[in-house]
Amino acid sequence: MTLSVTLSVNGVRRDVTLEDPRVTLLDLLRERLDLVGTKKGCDRGQCGACTVLVDGRRINSCLALAASYDGADIVTIEGLAKGDLLDPVQAAFIAHDGFQCGFCTPGQIMSAVGLINEGEAGDDPDRVREGMSGNLCRCGAHAGIVEAVLDAQKQLQQRRVA
Amino acid sequence: MSDAITLPAPHVRLGSSSGQPVTRRDGHLKVTGAATYAADNHPAGMLYAVIAVSTIARGRVTSLDVEAAKAHPGVVEVITPANRPPLSLDPDEKVGLFGFRIDALQNDRVRYARQPIALVVAETLEAATEGARLLSPTYEVEPARVTFEDGEAYDPPAVGVGAPPNFAKGDIAAGHAAATHRVDTTYETPAQYHNAMEPHAMVAEWNGDHLTIDTPNQAIVMSRALFAGYFGIPPENVLLRSPFLGGGFGSKAIMNGPYILAILAARMMQRPVKMVLPRDQMFGPVGHRGATQQHLRLGMDAEGHLTALEHNAVATTSTFDDFIEPAANASHNLYASPAISTRHGGVRVDIGTPGPMRAPGEASGSAALECAIDEAALACGIDPLEFRLRNYSETDPASGKPFSAKALRECYAEGAKAFGWAGRPLSPRQMKDVQGRLVGWGMGSAMFPCPMFPATARATLRSDGTALVETAGADMGQGAWTALAQIAADGLGLDVERIEFRSGTSDLPDGGVAGGSGHTASAGTALHNAGTDAIARLAEIATADRKSPLFGAGNAGVEARDGRLYHRGDETRSESYADILARSGNASVEGNGTGARDPKDAEERAMFSHGAVFAEVKVDPDLGQVMVTRLVGAFAAGRIINPKLARSQLYGGMIWGVSFALHEEAVHDRRSGRIMNADLAGYHIPVHADIPDMQALLIHEDDPYVNVLGVKGVGEIGVTGTVGAIANAIWHATGVRVRRFPITLDKLILDPGMPA
Amino acid sequence: MNPFDYIRPASVAEAVAAAAEPGAAYLAAGTNLLDLMKVGAMRPGRLVDVRHLPGLDRIETLSDGSFRIGSMVRNADLARDAGFAAAFPAVAEALLSGASAQLRNVATVGGNVMQRTRCAYFQDPASACNKRNPGSGCDALEGENRTHAVLGWSGSCIATHPSDFCVSLVAFDAVVEIVGPAGTREVPLEEFHLLPGTTPERECVLEAGELIVALRLPSDAGRFAANQRYLKLRERTSFAFALVSATAALDIEDGTIRSARLALGGVAAKPWRAHAAEAQLQGAAPGVEAFEQAARAALADAMPSGANAFKIELARRVVNRALLLAAAGTPERMPAMPASAFSSVPGVLSHV
Repeated sequence: MTLSVTLSVNGVRRDVTLEDPRVTLLDLLRERLDLVGTKKGCDRGQCGACTVLVDGRRINSCLALAASYDGADIVTIEGLAKGDLLDPVQAAFIAHDGFQCGFCTPGQIMSAVGLINEGEAGDDPDRVREGMSGNLCRCGAHAGIVEAVLDAQKQLQQRRVA
Repeated sequence: MSDAITLPAPHVRLGSSSGQPVTRRDGHLKVTGAATYAADNHPAGMLYAVIAVSTIARGRVTSLDVEAAKAHPGVVEVITPANRPPLSLDPDEKVGLFGFRIDALQNDRVRYARQPIALVVAETLEAATEGARLLSPTYEVEPARVTFEDGEAYDPPAVGVGAPPNFAKGDIAAGHAAATHRVDTTYETPAQYHNAMEPHAMVAEWNGDHLTIDTPNQAIVMSRALFAGYFGIPPENVLLRSPFLGGGFGSKAIMNGPYILAILAARMMQRPVKMVLPRDQMFGPVGHRGATQQHLRLGMDAEGHLTALEHNAVATTSTFDDFIEPAANASHNLYASPAISTRHGGVRVDIGTPGPMRAPGEASGSAALECAIDEAALACGIDPLEFRLRNYSETDPASGKPFSAKALRECYAEGAKAFGWAGRPLSPRQMKDVQGRLVGWGMGSAMFPCPMFPATARATLRSDGTALVETAGADMGQGAWTALAQIAADGLGLDVERIEFRSGTSDLPDGGVAGGSGHTASAGTALHNAGTDAIARLAEIATADRKSPLFGAGNAGVEARDGRLYHRGDETRSESYADILARSGNASVEGNGTGARDPKDAEERAMFSHGAVFAEVKVDPDLGQVMVTRLVGAFAAGRIINPKLARSQLYGGMIWGVSFALHEEAVHDRRSGRIMNADLAGYHIPVHADIPDMQALLIHEDDPYVNVLGVKGVGEIGVTGTVGAIANAIWHATGVRVRRFPITLDKLILDPGMPA
Repeated sequence: MNPFDYIRPASVAEAVAAAAEPGAAYLAAGTNLLDLMKVGAMRPGRLVDVRHLPGLDRIETLSDGSFRIGSMVRNADLARDAGFAAAFPAVAEALLSGASAQLRNVATVGGNVMQRTRCAYFQDPASACNKRNPGSGCDALEGENRTHAVLGWSGSCIATHPSDFCVSLVAFDAVVEIVGPAGTREVPLEEFHLLPGTTPERECVLEAGELIVALRLPSDAGRFAANQRYLKLRERTSFAFALVSATAALDIEDGTIRSARLALGGVAAKPWRAHAAEAQLQGAAPGVEAFEQAARAALADAMPSGANAFKIELARRVVNRALLLAAAGTPERMPAMPASAFSSVPGVLSHV
């Protein structure tokens, strides 16, 4: 069966014809829309590498059927920076060395953006750790990631106040 | 905290880059999603390949429903042993030092669960995936043997990569007999799987008899030759591209069947093919850390000095290849004892062949040894740190050779100070937090050898004052692209920003293996020497040129700094690289270097990195749940090129220690031989909530022998020491000595030592 | 994943009609269904996407003070609903202890109730499983069953229900609203999930085509709001299924327990309400003695189904601790690590 799906991806309207309803949002992004920044680590919602924002919320794109996301507004790692200007979360990940191999990084960053949007972690490292626990990292960059999220959150807060 | 850095050994040119906490140069690419990993490639006309794997662990495949798979829309080919074209190398042949037998559909035999038994090629990933399922294999099943008890014991001729299985020094029986205190204890470690976040991936494209492969690889040039060998083409016909690896940990240094099958499919179909292993298929054909049973017998005199250290390890390997986790070798080089005896046994089971996994041998061996040492300290009634100091080895216990450098004493002191070890009660169950949780402190010594692998590099000074440096290295997250560029910059006397650093593809000079914690030392030394060579050539030009202010200075009479050559002894005489080249008419000057260690030093010295890890855990007294609340490691690993990246790597190793101690275990169903937790929900690795505040201290250490740079390695040492530190802290908190990893709460609450 | 037809109905009636076909399955967020389809444990021929159905995504307070939660309300939204979280903090805590933030952001409450067991043998099509393939046997019985059921299991199936949310729901007498081909009906959650007996493939009372449209929580549960907790023991600190969990809620007046609610998770094929233990607690003074007695009562019928005897002792301790936590009072703010033994340990510990 063939399905038509229209998505906004990183602010760009994408009209997609799916000849196969089995395609997940992750595979749509990676294999058909050439947005390969979003990673597939487990394909089963167990690692968080595929995290994207859908309508502002972080989700695992591997367990989302693309057909069900007709009309959704999606932001991937490629859509986070404004041109050369990195999102504060991205900049903080670099500053705090919040990655090593970089494979889980797009998911970690999108998850961190989602976490900050949710607004519940604040400056509490334990809440950041808990809130980021859906993103596995095998290299062991956890310390830098948590520092980066706390730092980015602080910067965004200051920006809002200013 | 004594942050390293770093007076260079006198014979090394001091550069401005090495020792600086330079920010990861590929950071921007990685945080924007622009870093390209193998599976991100999508050549035009590409097909998808999915491996079908066996569900039995031993027997034969008796049928595959190829028709059903082919009938699925989009499926274009099914490769089985019946139609698999020949390979130029026998998959059951071991090729080279790191050679492993692979499963590439050579016959219908099944030797372990999740062994490749077919490959389905399709126009879409969805079709290939379902096509593989539709093969519905039937089997002739033989009983699976996956446990130590069910497997077949044998005496391995070698352990690890070619190491002798047994070692003896002194009279071990006499040592035991002379002991006042004795420890006789057995530790078990389970099978563990690398599980890099990036699954193994291959994108293969043929052009005539030329092959281009995008695949994450830790040993690019060595692997290129092997790939070429399987397909009967010269190595130079293979272009292997591995600019970024999503973690490797050893599993991407060795060959595997799925890669060969994907390349074969691309040749059969005359179209590019992409194959990415699903997570569950990473629990089979791509290596793992074999399970061990380790029996340690320690004897101590009345003052707590070791009189005997005996470490016997049995490890599992596959039925068709050998990789015995060299666990007992962890006892060779750390603690002084007049008698040391280590032995290894093997047990053949129906599992995929194990292989090197981050700190192979050292991780499992250190886990057992450091716990046994803790038991020994207790037996002697001595603080565990004091016990380790009493058994401090000033020379290598195994060989008697002097160490090239050993700042372990400083690691103990600095680590203990940062942690606040002083005043730790000797007995367990003495400390509680305000909420009544049991608190325990434990420690472990860390140690890791400093191998170097053959490596070469090229450095080209260009007329615009920049340089190109090239080596086929691998950055699997350790930060090679940054640290190696820093080394190269210093070798050339240039700012790192003026360095164009090329690496990660097989058409460059062999950068060696990113493994054994030896990549920075090996490729770095090669880069340094290439830079020195290029500078020497440039100096020859300048000092022979009458128009140069350096004329007549002689080659040895110049120094390279900030893009200029300076007359040694007369700083007013200098000239920029660009000017020298411009006048000479050369567009560039090239230097080459290799990364070998001085053979004399290698022969005469024992070379290791050292460290000390201190852990605090809290344990819920009723529920047995464990939380690591503090981890402090102090490490001396020679010269640190980039403290920021080195610290990250040490953290990573320590977190692997947390994972080893508390989480990781592949659970086999004993009847089917299948791993029942072959996913990331069941095979636990730590999440953010498991990881405490950490400290990694970089202890200053000058090592004038290890290599010209004084560089050791930091990729693996963090795992060692940490496992024992956590296990010992759990004992200290609870009084329960869990001798079977991982330490899960059921093992704690049911122990009679944990009062209910 | 097997090929399937994808249908996106515009109304509940259309959905029910589309799902009445054999081989059809409802798709909500898909966090469990798609996962099981990927491993081949489920192979529906038709997916009826109910995620977008109008009217199923509301959290309402009814005139009698009870809550009505549309089945497509997402787990995270319910946990973050201030009114709901204040009335049912242990439900919110259970929700927030489940899965990961990403999964909670899409997974629906209806889907949570309908999620399948995490038994590795159920998820592995090569294993015998009476639930997946009736009559094929149960490979878990003699297999790796350290985490399997200790209550209500049978020789046909020893799987557990993985939900955290349902444990708290069942403690508070939640009711499931169902629409199907034959009309609408309501079933108490406690009767919704079925124990395996000889028919483990029948996991709940839903008939073909029936759809959960809402969950209701009665208003009288509000009297427990000040003293309720969900406690979840896991083998890592977060993002793991419960080894054993418990919801405890106490209505305490003048130093006496007027009424208690207690349910366990990770121990049976359904969220396990411990009525006998509740009865024992009624009228007792809150404290270690009463709680230990209740914990024993809650596990009185427990039996190991394999190498999992430790879970019985662990469950007793979890119940005891959950009651202690509840007695100490609902925290002002959701703990940093919801439902974790490390979030807080009030009062005197029993076993130190």
